[in-house]
Amino acid sequence: MGDSTAAGLMHEMLRIRLFEEQALEEFSRGRLFGTTHTCIGQEADAVGVIGVLRRSDVVFSNHRGHGHYLAHGGSMHALAAELMGRSTGVSGGLGGSQHLHFPGFYSNGVQGGIVPCAVGMALAEKRRNSGAIIAVFLGDGTLGEGVVYESLNIASLWRLPVLFVVENNRYAQTTPLSANFAGDFSLRFKAFGIDIDELDTTDVIVISKAATLAVSSVRELGAPRAMLLNTYRLSPHSKGDDFRDPAEIEHFRQFDPINLLGARLSHEEYDHALIAARDEVFAAFAQAAKDA
Amino acid sequence: MITVLQALNEAMREAMATDERVLFLGEDVLDPYGGAFKVAKGLSTQFPDRVLTTPISEAAITGIATGLALRGMRPVVEIMFGDFLSLAFDQLLNHACKFRWMYNDQVRVPMVVRTPMGGRRGYGPTHSQCTEKHLLGIPGLRVVAVNSLCDPKQLLLNAILCDDEPTLFVEHKLLYLSRLGQSSNPPHFEIIRSNSLFLYPAVSVRIAGAPRAEVTIATYGYMADLVLDAVWRLAMEQEIFVEVIVPTCLSPLDIAPILGSFERTGSLLTVEEGVVSLGWGSEVLSLVAEGTPKGGRFVARRLGARDLPIPSSRPLESAVLPSVQDIFDAAMELVNRQEKNAV
Repeated sequence: MGDSTAAGLMHEMLRIRLFEEQALEEFSRGRLFGTTHTCIGQEADAVGVIGVLRRSDVVFSNHRGHGHYLAHGGSMHALAAELMGRSTGVSGGLGGSQHLHFPGFYSNGVQGGIVPCAVGMALAEKRRNSGAIIAVFLGDGTLGEGVVYESLNIASLWRLPVLFVVENNRYAQTTPLSANFAGDFSLRFKAFGIDIDELDTTDVIVISKAATLAVSSVRELGAPRAMLLNTYRLSPHSKGDDFRDPAEIEHFRQFDPINLLGARLSHEEYDHALIAARDEVFAAFAQAAKDA
Repeated sequence: MITVLQALNEAMREAMATDERVLFLGEDVLDPYGGAFKVAKGLSTQFPDRVLTTPISEAAITGIATGLALRGMRPVVEIMFGDFLSLAFDQLLNHACKFRWMYNDQVRVPMVVRTPMGGRRGYGPTHSQCTEKHLLGIPGLRVVAVNSLCDPKQLLLNAILCDDEPTLFVEHKLLYLSRLGQSSNPPHFEIIRSNSLFLYPAVSVRIAGAPRAEVTIATYGYMADLVLDAVWRLAMEQEIFVEVIVPTCLSPLDIAPILGSFERTGSLLTVEEGVVSLGWGSEVLSLVAEGTPKGGRFVARRLGARDLPIPSSRPLESAVLPSVQDIFDAAMELVNRQEKNAV
């Protein structure tokens, strides 16, 4: 859907990164109300997967959804305005950070509950022969919810065009995988007859290539498929609530997707993408702040 | 003379024949079984690709219906027993009923969750409850209860084809075999539909030609049948006359027909089969109290199941659920209280 050149992918990731950084900044200044969950460090997932979807495909996202929203073409100003509770927000200020909608994009903040909704959407698209697929985003923590497994079973049983994307950022809020996860990620999907690609990378180009294959498999076979993206959240769960070992966070900074891709761009390409993203973020928040 | 069950089955057939967007999902709904209570009988034969039998996954199928509705379909879900709605509660509360509002009116979720409810069949604590009380008062959720005095077919057709809100459609198990227009109640009742412009009308019932009513009884669903039995006995044995108001839409509740009757009688009894504490009747009494002017008479009480799980044994179940005698006694108590007040 988007610009799939390295510079284009960088621009998309920077839009998300700078938006999230600005959101946290606005929070610390008391200009945002409520809560927000940023996806700093996970931008390659949103850009890599959603970037290869068609505009007519549907994305169902979760509490950490700003990146998914922006990658699927959502208005940045309308998102900033939503976070600020403005009537010009994408959900009129009624939804807030976790409850976003524009045609083809939906999000909700309750863990796991969106998965059957996404499966139902896939059933609707299949019956209409629209050719659209549904991509639904889950986290590692979400795999604790029983309704996810009910949904995997039915999606496979009825052969529905849905792509399950698990972003394993190794933490369910503050609880590490070791304290809430038994067994195996991939086997959970394979047990229901759903093929899964496991990627241990934050390289957006690698993710994008894998997503291209996964998406065309879902579209052509009309059957579900899954992607497990092992990643890391460099930002706190929501705002200041970070109890992780700073050394661990530092370790994962070497896998920051922006730096990984940045090393392959010229300074000029990077600066160009950075300036464009910065201008857009600045304008989005500035306009939102003026809105009613 | 058709039964409520046949009327509901006809409504399902007609809805599916009328609108291709109607899909039907539920557990064990395929022919020849046709669903635990047979509302689905024949549907999968007539519409083989639009009737989907599902795994035992109430949460998922309610969520799937929500997803279908968000993408332009008009799904109907059957939950085999109303008791199992607890498994679908998150899907109703946090998904189906939230999307329209929290997406700023940009979407609609036209879906119906049909379910058999209630006791008196000896099914015990987890297959006999009236769990609708737990789903009343949820913004964005319509709760509709069928009865034998309304037209069940039209009611269900309206829910499936005309209503764009998520709707819980409650079918008491004992109603299925009630014959329409000739319930187990004695004849000679005059039935008046009020607010008939709405999708879900209320009816008001009294004995034809009876003198002025002294008591208003508000009730819904199968309890209306028992109330009419009690009303007939009150008239014949005590010459006490009652006006009965039976809404079909429990939530959000239009109090006007009940309030209108209460203004004539000054005395209100609510009757429901669910446990009485913090139930539907409590809300009815509150709304009527709020509508009563200063110095106005307010004689009222609620009748429902005792605040206990429902036992399996027949005599014990009967002791927990409200009976015709209980309704009779409660109405007598109200009348006696009125007379004491008058003295």
